Order: sequence, then structure tokens, then C-alpha cells
Amino acid sequence: MEIKKAAMAGTLESSDAQVTVEPGSGTIELSIESSVIHQFGKQIRATILEALGRLEVESAKVTVIDKGALDCTLKARVECAVYRSNDMTENLPWGGVIR
Amino acid sequence: MINAVGREIPKEVLKATGKEAFKGAYAYDNYEYTKAAPRARAMMDPRRSKMVENIHEALVKCEIRDGMTISFHHHFREGDYVVNMVMEEIHKMGIKGLTICASSLGKANDPIVPYIDDGTIVGIQSSGVRGKIGEAISTGRLRDLAIMRSHGGRVRAIESGEVHIDIAFIGAPTCDEYGNMRAYGGKSDCGVLSYAMVDAQYADKVVAITDCLAPFPNIPASISMTQVDFVCVVDEIGNPAKIATGAAKPTTDVRKIMMADYCTQFVINTPYFKEGFSYQTGVGGASIASTISLGKIMEERGIHMGLGLGGITTPMCNLLAKGLINKIVDTQDFDMGAIESIKSNPNHIEISASEYADPFNKGAYVNKLDFVILASLEVDVNFNCNVVVGSDGMITGAQGGHPDTAAGAKCTIVIAPLLQGRIPAICTKVTTVTTPGETVDVVITDYGIAINPRRQDLIECMKDVKLPFCTIEELRDKAYAIVGEPDPVQFGDRVVGIIESRDGTILDVVREIKEYEFAE
Repeated sequence: MEIKKAAMAGTLESSDAQVTVEPGSGTIELSIESSVIHQFGKQIRATILEALGRLEVESAKVTVIDKGALDCTLKARVECAVYRSNDMTENLPWGGVIR
Repeated sequence: MINAVGREIPKEVLKATGKEAFKGAYAYDNYEYTKAAPRARAMMDPRRSKMVENIHEALVKCEIRDGMTISFHHHFREGDYVVNMVMEEIHKMGIKGLTICASSLGKANDPIVPYIDDGTIVGIQSSGVRGKIGEAISTGRLRDLAIMRSHGGRVRAIESGEVHIDIAFIGAPTCDEYGNMRAYGGKSDCGVLSYAMVDAQYADKVVAITDCLAPFPNIPASISMTQVDFVCVVDEIGNPAKIATGAAKPTTDVRKIMMADYCTQFVINTPYFKEGFSYQTGVGGASIASTISLGKIMEERGIHMGLGLGGITTPMCNLLAKGLINKIVDTQDFDMGAIESIKSNPNHIEISASEYADPFNKGAYVNKLDFVILASLEVDVNFNCNVVVGSDGMITGAQGGHPDTAAGAKCTIVIAPLLQGRIPAICTKVTTVTTPGETVDVVITDYGIAINPRRQDLIECMKDVKLPFCTIEELRDKAYAIVGEPDPVQFGDRVVGIIESRDGTILDVVREIKEYEFAE
């Protein structure tokens, strides 16, 4: 999917993450800030990249401010932000690329 | 070398400190030693006054100089003014290279951090540190190794001469002109002066700092005039309303209340729950809630607590007032209710930190405990606890009486929610060992209860009890199944602090924190 415009999902509440996607310049430019970076930095990055990969996002600037969210939450926030950047809020592919 | 809790203690640290690696919680039982003694000055001339105009004059008369060790108590917790007040004056005088030996330091003492950065303070020895002082140590800004000691361990270190205090500054809610100090009756009451008693006994110079000068004789005194050199009156020594902030919080969290109920069910099914039992809780929300739920059962069954020990909170005092506790023996008041209780209830009694927990005296109260209910940031599969270093590697807590009571009590129960956000409380290896697992008997979480396999007797007596028992490994696996397996914190190489065991050996080291890097 193409990131058509900047979009955001999630909050800065504890156990949530705020994910912002912006149009990129041909690559994934990922920045992660996390309250649990020491213990889960690797997992957070892998989860975000996997979710982007499944949505076939290849060019984006992605900013994650994580407050200790579980992987399922991170994945949901990424998906939501990507679809919002395409103005898609209905008829989402549940059970397709969103699973 | 690898010590008895499996931690690597670098040779350079053993060499630099002259300490040995931890050998086991009771390895020093029956150890013989000679106590240290202070250098004192005689007070013979009855016309000479102990009163000084201000902190500056006290410092001059105590002949403060570079490189000294000075001490403080933390009975005012987050409402303490004395440490900052004294340090500001010392800083103004240009004194450098001091070591602070405090019973504890909290966020209230954040203002002394610039004095760490400019070399006024080069050493810190404390039960623990929170806030910006913790950050300063963890980021390697303190020149010397920080030493974290339990409350009992601090008394031992002072008595054995491992640390020698040059000047003790003791904030006293009331004091007379000859130095008799009491912990209540003034405008800033803290209830007890337990931690400061050893300072008064072993420091070369003792300065009483009060905001309420009482008529002579101010007795019965917590600390006697026979140990005091100077008396200084200031505007305010602390804010008692802030004593209950920080560590001490009551709870309405249903998860914590559930764990408290598990704890009570466990306690009443042990053979130790009988008339005259002894008990201590920490100040975690669940620990306090467990006191309340245990009280109900004591009342129903007509069972009385013989001894309530420790850091005291209002729920314990309520049980005392109801006649369900025979004696409360108190080293620290965690809220206003506890301070009110010691003022008015003759069965609520102040003791010294030595009587409370010193492993090297001839018998401390902790050794007489049946139960202690504690909290912990992390517990590992060997039941080792960490209450000092955060899961992000930053020093952020205090040993307090955790290792002392765990070593003393017949049944040591640690309550910890399985997860704090994404951080698992039960893990394979704690970030830092601050209480050895051999002294921890039971871990209670919201997902299950694990009994230390060393305690087959407790496992046996819980055989028919309906509580969610499992192994500690199962608890860890449940946690990891939800949040994933955490990576160990990436530390730098430099050791910035040591976790001292009660007996003065090294339980673990704390390393400098490092910015997180993604491995490619």
C-alpha cells in the first residue's frame, strides 16, 4: 500500500503506542521510542516491520512512541494508521491482510 | 568470581572495596568482631552552650573539611528538608569530596544532584535512591562506587567500622538546648527516630536540627543529649504530609486486592498463624491490603498478633487500636495515622534500627518474625528479588528492610502482579539481585502462587488448600507468553554501585546504563 498522507493511530496512554505514518522516499524509515526499549526494542521493531510488510508498505516514514504496548496492540495501531493514510475506514480486509 | 546467588562480581570490585563475594544468607552467623568507636569531646563546663545560630556555624564548629563522611536519616521520606538544607550550606562553603551515608534518599533530595556533578559529593551509601540521584549514579556521574545497604546492613556497617561517620545531622521534631531529641510533639512530627540512633552512637560529631525547641528536659528522648554536640534551630525540618507519598500508597486496585486475599488465605493455612504470631508488611498496595483482610480473619477467629513489626501504616495501627495486636514495634512511620498512633498508644513502641534488623548485634526483631509480606519489582525463577534497579537498568528503589526481614522471617511472602505494563515481574534472571532467593518462600501473583521448592514443609501444608498453586517457572512462562521474552538490559562496562548483603559481602553490582542500540 502507498502512504498517501500523514496519519496517526493510538495514544500515549500506558500499554498503548502512538504510530504515525508519513509518505516516504522509497524505503521504510522507522523510528522507535519506547518505555520498554531495553527489554523489548527488538520485538517491537520486528512486529512493526512485519505489519508493514503484510500491508505491502514499502515507502514510509514511521514513528512509534510506545508505552509498553503488547505486540497485538502495536500491530493494530500500525494497520489503523496505514489505512487512515488512505482514507479507508470502512470495508477493511478483516481476515485478509488484517488478521 | 561467581557468588552464592550466581552473580559475577568483578575482581577489581572485590579488590577496590576489600569486600568478599556473597556466600549465603547465614554464612556469617556467630561471626566475632570488635565494634568501632567514635572520637568524642567531653562536655564538662556547665556554662558552655550547645546551641548554634545556624547550619553554617554548626558546620564550622564541627570542623567540616574535604573528604569527610556525613550522615542523615530519612524519616521524613519525600517531605525531608534537612539533607538539602545542610548540603546547600556545605556547597556554599566550597567543601569537596564528601561521602553521604544516609539511611535512604528519595526524590525530595533531587536538589543535591548538582553537588554530585561538581564534586561536592563523591560517595553515596544508602538503602537506595530514587529520582534524579538514581539517574546520576546510573549514568556514571558519581566518582565513587555507590553502596546500597539494607537497614540492618547499614547498622552493621557503622558498628563494625566499615563506614565511619564524621558528622551526623539529625532532623528532630523536638529537641531541647542540650540535645534530647524526640520524634513528635513539634510542628513537623515523623513519629520515630530509629534510623538515626546508630548515627548518634557512632558519629564523631552529632548535630541536632530542629524546628521546635522544647523546654529542658525533653524526655523520654529517642536520642539522648549524651550523644549530641550541637543543637541548631531552623524554620522547618520537613513536611510530614509528604511522608505518605512515594512508596506508601493505599489501594483500590481489584487486582492487588485479589492478591492480598490470596496472601491472607496462604497465611492462615500455615502452622505459624496462631495466637501471638508476629508479622510485618511492606508498604506496597497489596501488602497493606493483606493486613486489612488478615485483620478480619483475626477478629473472626479471636487470634491476636503478638508482635507487629516494621515500617508501620494506619491499617496496622487500626488493628492495635482494636486490641488485635499486643505490641507494635516501630522503626518507621509511613503515614500520618501511624504517627498519631505512636503518640497516643502505649503499646506502640519505638525501637532502633539495630534492634529492628542488625545482623551483627546479639539478636534483632526480624529474627522473631513469623511472616513478612513484601513486594518486588522482579523475582526470578530462583526466587531472587530485585527491589533497587528498574527493569530499564536505572537505580530507582531501596533495599529498606527487604533482605533483613526475608532472612529473619519463618515465612517470607512476596506479592507482585505478574505484569507491570509489558514488564514481567517473574523472569528468568532478575536485573540485579537485592534479596537472595534462599530467603524467599512464596511468590504471590495475580496469575498464580509459587512456593519455593526449598520449603517442602509449606508445600505439604498447602496440599489441600484451594489456591492457584503452580511452579515459579510456570508463572514466568505465563508472563512471557503474553508479553514475549524480554532481552537483558544492555549495560555499559563500568560498575557504578554495589548491592551489599546484610553481612557486608557483595550480592551484586550495578553497572552504568547505556543508550539502547538495535543490533543489526
